[in-house]
This record gives sequence, structure tokens and C-alpha cells, in this order.
Amino acid sequence: MASVTRDSSDVARGAPSGPVGLTRRRGARRHPTRAAWYVPYLFLAPYLVLFTAFALIPAGLLVWISLHDWDFLLPGKPWSGLDNYRKLFDSGSTVYSDYWQSMKATGIFTVFSVPFLVALPLLLALVLNGRFFGRSFFRAVYFAPFVLGVGVIGVLWQYLLDPNVGPINHWLGSLGLRDDIPWTTDTPWVWVSLIGATVWWTIGYNTVIYLAGLQDIPRELYEAAKVDGASPGQRFRHVTLPGLRVVLVFVVIITILASANMFGQSYLITNGAPAQQSRTAIMYIAEKGLRNFQMGEAAAMSLVLTTFLVLASVITVFAMRRAARD
Amino acid sequence: MTTSPETTRVSRGRVLGLGAAGAATLFLPGCGGSDTKEKLNQSQQGTSTGGSSGGYSGPAVKLAFWNGFTGGDGPYMERLVKRFNAAHKNITVAMNKLEWANYYQKVPAAVQAGKGPDLGIMHIDQLATNAARQVIIPLDDVAKSLKLDKSDFAAAVWDGGEYQGSRYGIPLDTHPLGFYYDEKLMQQAGIDAPPETKADFEAALKKFEAKGIKNPFWMPATWPAHLMFMSLLWQFGGELVSADGKKAAFNSEAGKNALNWMLSMQKQGFSPKNVAPDSQYVAFKNEKNAFTWDGIWQINDLKKVPGLKWGVAPLPQIGSQKAVWASSHNFVIMKNRNVDQNKLDASKAFISWISQHSIDWAKAGQIPARNSVRESAAFKALPQQSALAKQISYVHFPPALPGWGDVSVQTLEQAVIAAVQGKKAPDKALDDAVSKANQLLEENAKKYGS
Repeated sequence: MASVTRDSSDVARGAPSGPVGLTRRRGARRHPTRAAWYVPYLFLAPYLVLFTAFALIPAGLLVWISLHDWDFLLPGKPWSGLDNYRKLFDSGSTVYSDYWQSMKATGIFTVFSVPFLVALPLLLALVLNGRFFGRSFFRAVYFAPFVLGVGVIGVLWQYLLDPNVGPINHWLGSLGLRDDIPWTTDTPWVWVSLIGATVWWTIGYNTVIYLAGLQDIPRELYEAAKVDGASPGQRFRHVTLPGLRVVLVFVVIITILASANMFGQSYLITNGAPAQQSRTAIMYIAEKGLRNFQMGEAAAMSLVLTTFLVLASVITVFAMRRAARD
Repeated sequence: MTTSPETTRVSRGRVLGLGAAGAATLFLPGCGGSDTKEKLNQSQQGTSTGGSSGGYSGPAVKLAFWNGFTGGDGPYMERLVKRFNAAHKNITVAMNKLEWANYYQKVPAAVQAGKGPDLGIMHIDQLATNAARQVIIPLDDVAKSLKLDKSDFAAAVWDGGEYQGSRYGIPLDTHPLGFYYDEKLMQQAGIDAPPETKADFEAALKKFEAKGIKNPFWMPATWPAHLMFMSLLWQFGGELVSADGKKAAFNSEAGKNALNWMLSMQKQGFSPKNVAPDSQYVAFKNEKNAFTWDGIWQINDLKKVPGLKWGVAPLPQIGSQKAVWASSHNFVIMKNRNVDQNKLDASKAFISWISQHSIDWAKAGQIPARNSVRESAAFKALPQQSALAKQISYVHFPPALPGWGDVSVQTLEQAVIAAVQGKKAPDKALDDAVSKANQLLEENAKKYGS
């Protein structure tokens, strides 16, 4: 099915240019004007400067800091080699249990939030891609929460979900349901709250990406499939999904990375409760590095987290590729 | 993998703004790091040549004054600064407020980068840490030239401003924990006065329950739960750390009694389970919680609640002796690469003037540190503040140990949270926290070279 897609779109796109255009392009390639060696670098320069300043140097500094006992307010920053890393894997150290508990929190949040954040926006995009009255209005409505900052949604949900004085438990109570659910203070409810709030907040973002992807799928394909007698389900499986493959890989990866970077929601809504079980890795790293000034340990922790995230991204790409081939 | 640049950009956009602020502080050491040695060689002590009374007659100077008075206390300090500026033609003080949590992150970084303020306010338990980090300078000389000594201040507050034999803070106030009570609910339950002993306190809670006030004393797990725990620990005769400051000691019998008593409030049904942060206070404002222990700084906030009839008293004595947690705001002078004698003299004049006028600061919900102000008729006319000032002879401060604040957040506070949220038995929570605290104290001793 995938090959059919590619052929037909090539035909559609290649039609206007024709063979004349091709010959001309080949002719130009035979007599290239030799530019000075530095010209390509000049074109790259603006990006390279930013990339060096905001990605390469900080990344290098991160590795360097992680090899020191780095408290940026003390004059001495002694070299400690791999000590900061050893601590992360030594169950007797002061950071071991807290760090892995925070990694577990990040893991739980990622595993349970990504499916919702990938599937629900797709459904929503399919609906919003149809033609009906007030379509633009609904598109705006679903995207609206995303424009709010994490501070706003954090305080909002913390108030709504407060187990003792919050409106949600109050409403549940007035419906005759249980009115003492510890939404923000005990497991598993904290996860329901955090994932629910995050889905509500960011659903519009992935939806917009899907919508753009859906509008890129040529209408002719659906028409051809219809002529061949494909049902709506078959059209979704054999036209929509393959057409969205690249978009889907992109969405899955950014969603995994965004979920793994979750910080503001648990910082504001649950404040790590109960007993820091919902304190995420980023939250713990920020506490260690910026509040306790233990930059070295924090740097080592974030490098270990980064390694996990790179692995997760690579696995996703390969898994999606294999799924597409089958 | 062509998506990778977009990927990082998008995910970064989703991270909370705090991340960006953190990145900014990360770059600061890069700017200031190379001068560290030079700074260390410089004289750290501000020597005095200025007038002995704290008057200043030099050329016009501008002073940057930073603090964390972002709450209801801010306007009171702003008014004082304005009055000071009006009375001193050659000194202009510019006040800058930022949240305390941010303040203690940013001030050290700013001082390190040579962009710090001239003077500021720090809590008494932050002095040792910031002295060891060379953020603030010794003030023995300032105290001497302002003719301030122990006899002018409450003893605990004055002694708490010293670290390794030098004075680093000039105390402005003391702010202890207090016992807030709802007068309307007390009347309903037939209680005439706030209870002062354990027996009376628990009897009062039972009276509330008998009158249908289901949860008269909500037990928080987070702020100010650790302040309650420390108060109780001291009441039962315990200590936070050993006398030499090398070992944590809050898992003693006293500590266990303290935490178990807090939990017993939940077990006996006086407190609901799962009290979310601040809920106990919100419930108090809404007349659902009859008793709550909170800081003196809440006085003005509670005054704003329409219809709420409340009072405040010293903490009841639950343990074997009277004790209460407190902290104190202290004036500090920041370390500066280029010592400017005029600025130092002007700072002295400012500290001296504000200290003498601290009655206006007391109105913000504070107890003045200065005896002369605390014993004045004007202070006695502030009913809530002077009720809590009765505790001044037995207030306890956290130890003057560099890095203790960080240790406490990671251990003591976590033990209280875990126990009150029902995730660990109280005794085990304290034992675990102490063994971790001991490790951290050892690391700190190495780091700060004490």
C-alpha cells in the first residue's frame, strides 16, 4: 500500500515540470560556478552560532560539571571523576533512592500519558478535519488551554482538585459519590490528576500537528479508495495512517520527550505528594542543582536521564519503521 | 532522524519558565569564576571610619537593598524605606523584592558575579550558610560603631547572628510560630480561653467534636508541618543536631514523641487525612478548622477575612517544657569586590535607623528584636503581636550550621511528609532521615571546611 501512495503522489507532483525542466537542471550541473570555500559556512553560520552557544557549549559544560563536586558559590570546585555517577548507582548513597524514585515517577507519567496524548488528539483531529458548522470555533476551543502557562494551569488544577476544600470533591459529594478522593495527596489518584490535567492542557498541540498532516494527504487517494470499495475503517487504515506515518513518528517522539520533561504540573499540583512519589526527575534535578547548589550531582543525573531519552527516541523510530514495513 | 532539531525546540518550549531562569543562573559562574581568588585575597571586613551614631555625612550614595518581603509585609518595609529616604538627603535606598526561595538562589549568584546588592535581609538560619559561602561580610565592626550589643536584644536572637566567632547579622525581628484559634467555634463548644497544656488542648478538641465540629485541628504534611515538628521536638527536650554539629539528633525519643503526637491528631480523627498544602489554613479562614498553628506573619492576612473572629496565643505546651520554633530577619551587608567606605557608612546609617523605627515593622506581623521597641507602649498596643511576644524567652532557632537548611529540606521535612501522608511509620521515617542527614552533614563538613 505504501508504494502505491508514493507512485501516485510522484505522478501528481511531477506532471507540470516535464522532461524539459529535467534537461535544463542537468545542464546547469555540468558547469558549476565555483564559489569560495567559505561560502557554505557563511550560509550555515547563523544557525551554527546559535547551535554552538545554546546547545554545544552547554552540553560540553554539562559533561565537565558532572565530573566535579561543583558548587558554583564556593571557590573550590574539586575534580571528582566519576564519583557523581557512581553515587547514582550505589544504593548506599544519599541520592540513590531519591533519584531512582524520581526516575520511576517520570517513567510512570510517560508510560501512562503518552498513549492518551498520541491517540486522543488523533481522534480529535479526525473529527475537526471534517466539515461542519463552527469548525474553526471548536478548533480554537481545543487549542485554547495550551496557550496558558504551566503556572496558570497548575494553580487552577491544584485548587480544583484539593481533596479537602476543592470544588471537584464537593461536586462529587453533592452527586452522592465519594467526596474524599485524595486527588493531589495519594497514589494512584495523583497520577490520574497529573495525566488528566496534562491531557486537557496539551491536547490541542498534537491535534494541530495532526490536522496539518491530514490536510497534506491528497484527496485523490480517498476518492480512489472509495472507487475501489474501501470502507471508512479501511480508508483510515490504508490511506490516513500511512499518510500520517512521518507525522506520527514526530508526534510520538516529541510527546515522549515532553512527558519525560514534566516538571511544572507535579511541582504545582501535587508538590511531589505523597512522600515525593510524584516528584519527577526534572523536579529532583532542579532541586539538587538550583536549590541545594549541587551542580555536579545534578549534571550527572541529567546526563543519565538524557541517555534514557535518546534510547527511547531511537527505539521509537526503529519500531515505527518496522511497523510501517509490515 | 531529520526531526531532531525541531524536537528539542518543541520540548524546550514546554518546560516551565523556571527552567529558563535556572539556565540563566547556570551561566553566572562563568562570568564571575575567574575573579574568585582575587576576591578571596581582598579584605573582607568593612572597617569603620564613619560617625559612631550611624549618621552619615559623606557624598550622595545610592544603596541597593534586596529582600523577600513579597507578601503583606512588603508595603510596611517600603513605607519605612521611603521615610528613611526623605529624612536622609544624601542617601537613596532602592528596595527590590523577590520571593524568598528565589532570593536565596539569586543573591549568592549575583554577589558572585559582582552584581549583588549592597545590603539585604536574611533569615537567622541562613547566615551561617551564606557566611561560609562568602556572600555576606562580618559586621562586628558595624555593631560596635552602632553601639549595639547583647543587652539591646533578646539573647537567643542576638547570639544566633554569630558564626565562628564573628557577627554576620543585625537582628531586625523575631517571628515565631503561633497558635491561632477560632473564637466563634470555641464559644459554640463552650471553651473560654485557648488551652495552654496538652491535657487542656486535647480536651478542647474533644469538646469541638462533641458539638459536631468534625475536624477541629487539621494536621498539614507540608509547610508549616516541619515547624510544628521542630517546636514539639524542643518541647519534648530534643535537639536537631548534636552539640558539635556533626550528627543529626532529631530521631531521639523526643523526636519520636513529637511526630507520633502529630500523627495521633489524625488517628483520633481531629484532623482529616490527606490535608493538601495550605488546606488547613484555608479551612481555618472558612471556619471549618478551629485551631491551627502557623507563623506570626499571618496576622494581617487573617485580619482581612470578613466575619472571622479569631485570636492568637503562644503554642500550648505538649511536651515537658515550653518551646517554639522561630526565625528572625537580619540585616546583612553583601560582599563586594570594590569596598566603598561611603556605601558602608550609609548602610550603617540605614540599619541603625530602621532598627530604631522597627515598631512600624512590627505592625507587619513581627516581634521587634530590639528590647527598647518590644517593651514600648506602642508595641503593647498591638494585641496579637504582643500575645506571641510572650514566647520570646523560649524561642528556638535552627542551628547555625552551614548548609543545614538544605539538609533539613531533604531529610527532616521529608520524614514529616512521609509520616503524615501515611507512607512511612513515624519512627522509621525519622531513623531513615537521620542516617541520610548524617551523610549529608559529613559531606557539608568537607565542603565548607568546618
